[in-house]
Amino acid sequence: MSAASQSYYDRRGMLATLGKDGLIQIILILNTVVMLAPIVIMLFAAFKTNAQIFQSPFGFPDFSNFANITKIWSQTNFLRYLLNSVIVTGASIVVILTLGTMAAYAVGRYKFRGSSFVLMFFLAGLTLPLKLAIIPLFILMRDLGILNTQLSLIVIYVAMGLPTTVFIMTGFIATLPNELEDAARMDGASEPRIMWSIMLPLVRPALVIAGIQNVVPIWNDFFFPLIFIQKDNLKTLPQGLTTFMGEYTTDWGVLFAGLLLSSAPVIIVYIILSRQFINGMTAGAVK
Amino acid sequence: MPGSPLVSRRLWISVLIVPPLAFVALFVVYPIISAFAYAFFHWNGLARGEFVGFANFYKVLFTQPYADWTVNAFLHNVWVFFALMVLQNGLGFLLAYCLWRELPGAALHRISVFLPVVLSTIIVGFLWKLFLHPLFGVVNISFRGLGLGGLAQPWLGQDSTALWSLIVANAWHMVGFPTLVFLAGMQRIPGEILDAVRMETESEWTKITKIVWPLVAPSATVVFTLLFVGSFNWFEIPYVMVGLEGSPHGATDVLGLYFYRTAFGNMSGSGQDFGAGSALAVLIFVFIALVAGVITFKLRAREIQI
Repeated sequence: MSAASQSYYDRRGMLATLGKDGLIQIILILNTVVMLAPIVIMLFAAFKTNAQIFQSPFGFPDFSNFANITKIWSQTNFLRYLLNSVIVTGASIVVILTLGTMAAYAVGRYKFRGSSFVLMFFLAGLTLPLKLAIIPLFILMRDLGILNTQLSLIVIYVAMGLPTTVFIMTGFIATLPNELEDAARMDGASEPRIMWSIMLPLVRPALVIAGIQNVVPIWNDFFFPLIFIQKDNLKTLPQGLTTFMGEYTTDWGVLFAGLLLSSAPVIIVYIILSRQFINGMTAGAVK
Repeated sequence: MPGSPLVSRRLWISVLIVPPLAFVALFVVYPIISAFAYAFFHWNGLARGEFVGFANFYKVLFTQPYADWTVNAFLHNVWVFFALMVLQNGLGFLLAYCLWRELPGAALHRISVFLPVVLSTIIVGFLWKLFLHPLFGVVNISFRGLGLGGLAQPWLGQDSTALWSLIVANAWHMVGFPTLVFLAGMQRIPGEILDAVRMETESEWTKITKIVWPLVAPSATVVFTLLFVGSFNWFEIPYVMVGLEGSPHGATDVLGLYFYRTAFGNMSGSGQDFGAGSALAVLIFVFIALVAGVITFKLRAREIQI
């Protein structure tokens, strides 16, 4: 092939690539606009009056107008709901990671009879939608006397979170090298001591992944509080949101302010830790 | 003298394994088994009555008005599944393919496509409900502003558009998930394979259909199965946007709403029926398990090990 035709082919290839890349950029930019516009409109509307929202929904607001946000802050139970969500989510995550790591450590580090059965037992919960067992769960919670308490939520979230956590942690713990453990055993360290001082510090990255995978669905859950919690003072944020969205139906600025305040904690943490969030939330789906 | 190492080791494993196992047994396995058992009993409110065999199943499947409600809701779920398959998973694949190119700004696009995924479904539902308001919603205001007032609709208030509106809101919320799962699948395709393809063909279409699509099969299996399970469990978006009754007149009724109404009663105060509710739960459950099993099995078969 002559030099001229070579460069001709290169240029054609380059032009085609530029065209393709241009098209790809347009698709991506359009998509990002569609993804972000609703959130920006919500942010703007939270600082507007009704009239401003209806007349110029896209217009820039006066960000010093805190009237709507003050209303949410002072006239609704928002702070209580937020606190409840923090308590329930925090407690659930601590228990999930503790129990999940215990089970995963036993299955991943020791050979014992029935270990594969134990793993199967946990994994069976992976695909079963626990929502459909809500009637027996409701009766179980009633019989245990924990309906209308935060404990009912924590318990159900731990049950929901354990299967994926055991799955992720077992995969990770099983791949840790044996040398450190064996050396410590030679030195006469007890099994609990080996787990606590030697192995656990190594599993921190997996704990982060498992934690994020659980924290988002628990923080956002609406279904179980809807069934288990009636007392306003115990409601979590998504559930409380439905309460005050019902009260302010005509005050759109307040409605948007409520949505903004409810979504702000997650959005801020997500922007700071987006890589960990994406890895964590797709961890079960990505091999 | 301490116990023999073997005994203490066994004890230690038990200490680790028993608490989590007991937890899953009590709060996952027992409720699911109970869910099946409950469907065979008559219920008076919260109290279990006598054993009635398949009467509850017969009631929800073959007696009116339950039979019509069941079929109506089920067909809507089927519709939602196929619509989201295109809108959510199809678009997700396309976006993943675009992001895979790693053009300038890809990191920003990746973060923004996943942003709605981390929001609560309740927030997303309310947000879109406000946007779709017939008079004051930003969607209709925009159409009128563009001189396309004819396109302004009572989106959630009429049969022809209500279910579609919910589907679009759901796709906006979740499209980032299949996108990033597919993207991870594409990034695992070895560079040598891609170089070899580049020598053979310039056609983007051939590259996608013959190489990329078959090689991201494991991602597709996961994403399809999760969408299937999610579509037949659909509850929060319709609950927030159109209410428990699946308004207008059942045009958006889905199994999740129908099950909830049957089991726990609805706003208009009609009673709760744990028997019929349990029967519905069992039917949904068995249907999901069977079809998800078949989907996973069929799709696994076409996965290729690289």
